Amino acid sequence: MSNVTFTVNGNRQTVDVPPMKRLLDVLREDLHLTGTKEGCGEGECGACAVLFNGELVNSCLVPALQANGARLCTIEGVSTEGRLHPIQQCFLEKGGAQCGICTPGMILATHHLLEKYPNPTLEQIQEGLAGNLCRCTGYMRIFEAVQEAAAGGAR
Amino acid sequence: MRSDAALFELEAPATLDAVLAQIAAEPGKYTAIAGGTELMVALGTGRLVQRSLLSIQHLDELRFIRVEDDAIHIGAGTTFTDIRRDAAIAEDLPLLIQSASWTGSVANQNRGTLGGNICNASPAADTPPALLAYGATVTLISAIGKRSLPYSDFHLGYKRTALRPDELLHSISVPREFDGYRQYIRKVGTRNAQAISKVALAGIALIEGEVIADIRIGAASLADRPIRCGAAEATLLGRRINEATIRAGRAALASEAKPIDDIRSTAMYRAAVAENLLEEFLRSLMS
Repeated sequence: MSNVTFTVNGNRQTVDVPPMKRLLDVLREDLHLTGTKEGCGEGECGACAVLFNGELVNSCLVPALQANGARLCTIEGVSTEGRLHPIQQCFLEKGGAQCGICTPGMILATHHLLEKYPNPTLEQIQEGLAGNLCRCTGYMRIFEAVQEAAAGGAR
Repeated sequence: MRSDAALFELEAPATLDAVLAQIAAEPGKYTAIAGGTELMVALGTGRLVQRSLLSIQHLDELRFIRVEDDAIHIGAGTTFTDIRRDAAIAEDLPLLIQSASWTGSVANQNRGTLGGNICNASPAADTPPALLAYGATVTLISAIGKRSLPYSDFHLGYKRTALRPDELLHSISVPREFDGYRQYIRKVGTRNAQAISKVALAGIALIEGEVIADIRIGAASLADRPIRCGAAEATLLGRRINEATIRAGRAALASEAKPIDDIRSTAMYRAAVAENLLEEFLRSLMS
């Protein structure tokens, strides 16, 4: 077992876990942050995406020990004081979320995308979200939600 | 089924020297893990056989891009995102940028490393064809020192490399000598985003007076390892590009390609597509 300390959504946390335990499982099982979802468990679908020192990563592929000292943001840290983040509000209004399993990863991937490209082209949106699979929306509504968020919608 | 994480050991020695000393003490015991985009997939699917791992993900000593007059040196721990953001690589080595951009998704590019892509030694890996075409050199490091060898000598067979059990890949060096070269790369997969290649080809060529004065070709998924296509290069060198040259190049490539049937494609399809890619590259040199 290893002691691993990091901050999640601004809160400092220490867990005593097997060092190869997936960060995804640490978040869900040890910290009960179940907003982060497991889809494929192989880094293909993006449902488990979180921000790791500001970079988008798939938490199913991060061993717990490598999160030592990291600054993490999960979907629970995106809204503030019960108010949805503009990206979340745009997904809601544009129908970018349906069954909801891909949504936490989509929101964080969008967050990461808009940090890099505040006014992304459709091609940049498609590339930025290519690692996040959705089986409900057909993606068009998601692209519209991202464009709306980039345009300053729902702020 | 997923492996039980409690069955695996993972340590993160603070420095590269400490990592090298630990693997030198018990050669073969440890497997290095950087971004985890291969080994953690194996863990998740119950296929991870290595029980003792050493994290090298935090080692800044392996994460650098150093531009010198004659070469660009890239640390093995450099991520695909680092590569895509680098202006000098974008200017000199566009094939490396292109192959980094189609190595998995953004989330995987933020974690996956160039060294991991090479040491995982998949014959289908995305960056090796470009590195082979560019004539890259690899530097290996152990507690007793460094050694360098041509990257084309690094892959010895299916998932077998020249790394000794006490060694790590330290860096990849690519010469800066391709002014005026035409550059080509194409990957053929099931879809455009995030697919593992069925076959991929990278090539660079220098044309002087309508004659191929230099040509270098690397390929993925044409053999049990990433390969430099020496027979095709030798056949094409010094020739004018015309229909006969294209036919000769295709035949030479077919003679050295040893593709297989697997879940992603068939040997016949791979061989045919590889020849078509070579032809597309050669025709691009005509204009």
